[in-house]
Amino acid sequence: MKFGIIVFPGSNCDHDCYHAVKHVFGCEAEYVWHKETALAGFDCVILPGGFSYGDYLRTGAIARSSPVMSEVVAFAKRGGLVLGICNGFQILAEAGLLPGVLMRNRALKFICAPAHLRVENNSTVFTSAYSAGQVIDVPIAHADGNYFADADTLKRLEDGGRVVFRYSTVDGKVTIDANPNGSLSNIAAIVNEAGNVMGTMPHPERACEQALGSTGGRGVFESILKGFAGT
Amino acid sequence: MTITEKTIKDHGLSLAEYDEIKKVMAREPNLLELGIFSAMWSEHCSYKSSRRHLKNFPTKGKAVLQGPGENAGIVDIGGGLACAFKMESHNHPSFIEPYQGAATGVGGILRDIFTMGARPIAVLDSLRFGAPDNPRTKYLVSGVVAGIAGYGNCIGVPTVGGEVSFNSSYDGNCLVNVMTAGLVRKDRIFKGIAAGVGNPVIYVGSRTGRDGIHGAVMASDVFGDGGEERRPTVQVGDPFAEKLLLEACLELYTTDYVIGIQDMGAAGLTSSSVEMASRGNVGIEIDADKVPRREDGMTAYELMLSESQERMLMVVAKGKEAAVNEIFAKWDLECSVIGRVTGDKMVTIIEDGKVGACIPVTALTDGAPVYDRPSARPAWQDSVNTLDIDSIKLPANYNETLKQLVGSLNIASKEWVYRQYDYMVRTDTVTCPGSDAAVVRIKGTDKALAMTVDCNSRYCYLDPARGGAMAVAEAARNLVVSGAKPLALTDCLNFGNPERSEVMWQLKEAILGISEACRVLGVPVIGGNVSLYNETSGVSIYPTPTIGMVGLIDGLANHRTQWFAAEGDVIAVIGHGAPSIAGSEYLKVMHGLERGVLPEIDLAKEKRLLDACMAAIKAGIIVSAHDISDGGLAPALAESCFNPGGAIGAVIDVIGASERPDEFLFGESSGRIIVSVRPDDLEKLKTVTALFDVPCEAIGRTGGGSLVINGLIDMPVAGLKEAWAFAFGRYLGEMAAG
Amino acid sequence: MKARIYVTLKKGVLDPQGKAVVGALHSMSFNEVKDLRIGKYMEVELDASSKETEEVRLREMCEKLLANTVIENYRIEMD
Repeated sequence: MKFGIIVFPGSNCDHDCYHAVKHVFGCEAEYVWHKETALAGFDCVILPGGFSYGDYLRTGAIARSSPVMSEVVAFAKRGGLVLGICNGFQILAEAGLLPGVLMRNRALKFICAPAHLRVENNSTVFTSAYSAGQVIDVPIAHADGNYFADADTLKRLEDGGRVVFRYSTVDGKVTIDANPNGSLSNIAAIVNEAGNVMGTMPHPERACEQALGSTGGRGVFESILKGFAGT
Repeated sequence: MTITEKTIKDHGLSLAEYDEIKKVMAREPNLLELGIFSAMWSEHCSYKSSRRHLKNFPTKGKAVLQGPGENAGIVDIGGGLACAFKMESHNHPSFIEPYQGAATGVGGILRDIFTMGARPIAVLDSLRFGAPDNPRTKYLVSGVVAGIAGYGNCIGVPTVGGEVSFNSSYDGNCLVNVMTAGLVRKDRIFKGIAAGVGNPVIYVGSRTGRDGIHGAVMASDVFGDGGEERRPTVQVGDPFAEKLLLEACLELYTTDYVIGIQDMGAAGLTSSSVEMASRGNVGIEIDADKVPRREDGMTAYELMLSESQERMLMVVAKGKEAAVNEIFAKWDLECSVIGRVTGDKMVTIIEDGKVGACIPVTALTDGAPVYDRPSARPAWQDSVNTLDIDSIKLPANYNETLKQLVGSLNIASKEWVYRQYDYMVRTDTVTCPGSDAAVVRIKGTDKALAMTVDCNSRYCYLDPARGGAMAVAEAARNLVVSGAKPLALTDCLNFGNPERSEVMWQLKEAILGISEACRVLGVPVIGGNVSLYNETSGVSIYPTPTIGMVGLIDGLANHRTQWFAAEGDVIAVIGHGAPSIAGSEYLKVMHGLERGVLPEIDLAKEKRLLDACMAAIKAGIIVSAHDISDGGLAPALAESCFNPGGAIGAVIDVIGASERPDEFLFGESSGRIIVSVRPDDLEKLKTVTALFDVPCEAIGRTGGGSLVINGLIDMPVAGLKEAWAFAFGRYLGEMAAG
Repeated sequence: MKARIYVTLKKGVLDPQGKAVVGALHSMSFNEVKDLRIGKYMEVELDASSKETEEVRLREMCEKLLANTVIENYRIEMD
């Protein structure tokens, strides 16, 4: 299975994603410069975290008009797997591949901290290695992770089981106190309607090795690999 | 135009210095030349007040690949790899505009690291602010922290550690000292050197604006521009531009095009070009007309002295200009040939096609003045070194005192600060902020680097030599308790006005103390900076020689934290120091006093303690280890209880503790470490420590939900932790969430 | 009474945001854009009767909070 990791000017978790995919999970991985216009040969494309174009103007706003993005949209339409992490999620939202927006955190500050997430749907291709309702530890590091969508969109997400992770307490309670950034309904990660595009504010690639304190993010990659092995 | 006495003063030069300039030039300099001299002969660039004293630092060592004099020092960490690191101050700009001042401080030190060929892997900050109730303090804290976060998070270098403290001596001068470490292959180190006559000099990065040009000069008649607003001298950081510059430079380093490269920091194009020429013993010619600029109408004077950020200067092999340009173009960066290396050992600036300035390189570097400024022990020193201990009332309630101490801002958790920093990006942070030292692993090896920044400026105020030595010893202990062998250090010497004899005395003493500690502990100084004139309305800051130290953990299994890890482990104190409340946090917080004679520091014993602790960690005996510092034994024990993975209590019973319980609980001393070991390993610990002639005393056991000490203290850990965890957020008017 | 406040970077101060946006516009072939600087626009509703005294107070608000006068200018418009 081959992963493509898109590098926008200002991406800074590209190396981390590469390391996780290549060295932790032993998969093929390649960087894809944002000016590329082809994604042939990749099975999964990752839009990594960072501050593409400095996140000036609006997070993800400038990156979404990078040359590679029209191909990312086409790749997703073809059913290719797309995983947007943090800034990657913000770019996917700006590009319209995922609904809603990521607004400034409730406390208006960047937050870097461990977070507990409850797995809301373990039947997606990104979460099948988890059990339903499982609580995992995956850190967050963002200034704009406050998910917002209008009522109709939220209903569609909820009804379609498209909310995949929610911020929770350590024992799986979804409470206001467990919500680090003010996200609507404690939403931490969602998938698109077809289920092949996921956006997550928490960083699974930072939680794949015990040496770094948590392995809660491994399931995301294991799920993708499992799905691929099954095809 | 003629140079008047006022022009000279506005440039921060003395009349005697101006006479010296005329002598070396054998003529009157023009304004551009005067500007160049003033920059190169400034305290910041020339170290004219400190240079002769800095020579005391031991700078050599087996692992040292690059000592002071380059953009950063470099140590060998084995396996063909090396670590470049340096600390720098950005104090004054941060006081004027805290967000941009701190942000550009981070940007500057990052460039110092990647100019050496290294990829920055970690940032640490030592921050000092005025009294918590000073009306400006909260504004400065919020702004500085946000500025560091804004820059570091965006560029993607983790901010993994640091220190934050408060003291009214910083009311008019906050300190922002930023340290960065980077990783480089030993055979791919780059230097700031110009060589090869005829080679092109290339400018890359952001365009030059009128940023940071000396305020006095800007306001002078010459440059006053009538009705127009007074031009700002505040520099604005652009972390995105720097991220591109970083990646482009690292890509460039994989080629053989670069001869030398240097960042444009203080005194911008002037100091970078002069220093590169000086190191290569060549001349350099810069055509100011070719320098990329943000605004029309900029003069050579402005272009040469601007401190615009995110710019680099390099000398590349002739003929490789196009290839270099191609790499930078990929990263959307402008790069221009603005000059060439010459053989005449002169700095020549071309303006409007004519020679605008021509100065011998050595006149600007080796020719800069060196002062042996008068120094004298301050008259007030004796009086602050007295403390009538019998007049210090014992606390009525030790539980309350401990709670108050762990909730005091200097000891309280700094989570409010580091939550705003991305301390995990690059996925190497093995020990997050909050333990004695930050630990960053090196992928592809079984090694890690431990880093710390330390200084207790109250100690340095009471005794600059001993305080300086203690800062080095504390930094070394912080590394060793984390499982690392100290390799080398960098320092930021923050002091007041060197033209005051007592400040000069503090500086000299501190340097002597640091040097002595470095020699005995075997940790050389490989770089640093000096920040003088930290004085407002005649009040100088406390002498603050901040120490940044890097150590190597060989074998990740040897990495330790300060936190108790299991119930029923034996707690022991290893080391020798006799605690004293003189100069302690307790004396300040509970009694409002900053005085007394500091406890002695025996460096030979310190060295043996470091070796013993290291040996016991390597032997797998020590489970956790924590340096006893600010606040003394009781707060240190409390900190060891606050394991982020789940708090663990402790029951302590020390036989024959000091007659003064406050001295026993809260007294400070150099040279003591709290360790926890499995019960079966206590004898082994005693054997190892005995081998190094280091005292080892079992003082209790981990376990339970409370911290209990000698019938004096009995507090639920949860309550203590609450007081400690949220104090900072409460002070800044926010409850820390989660 | 309503007021509008424009906070803009002083001339000569680097505007990293504006710079990045210009670059993006150029890459989208809006090549006629020579420069672009980003500022803040605020709409303020006031419970005040005298335009003159309120303008003085708005100025004070700008000096003390709304603008960072070290690097920013402000302009006030009132109805």
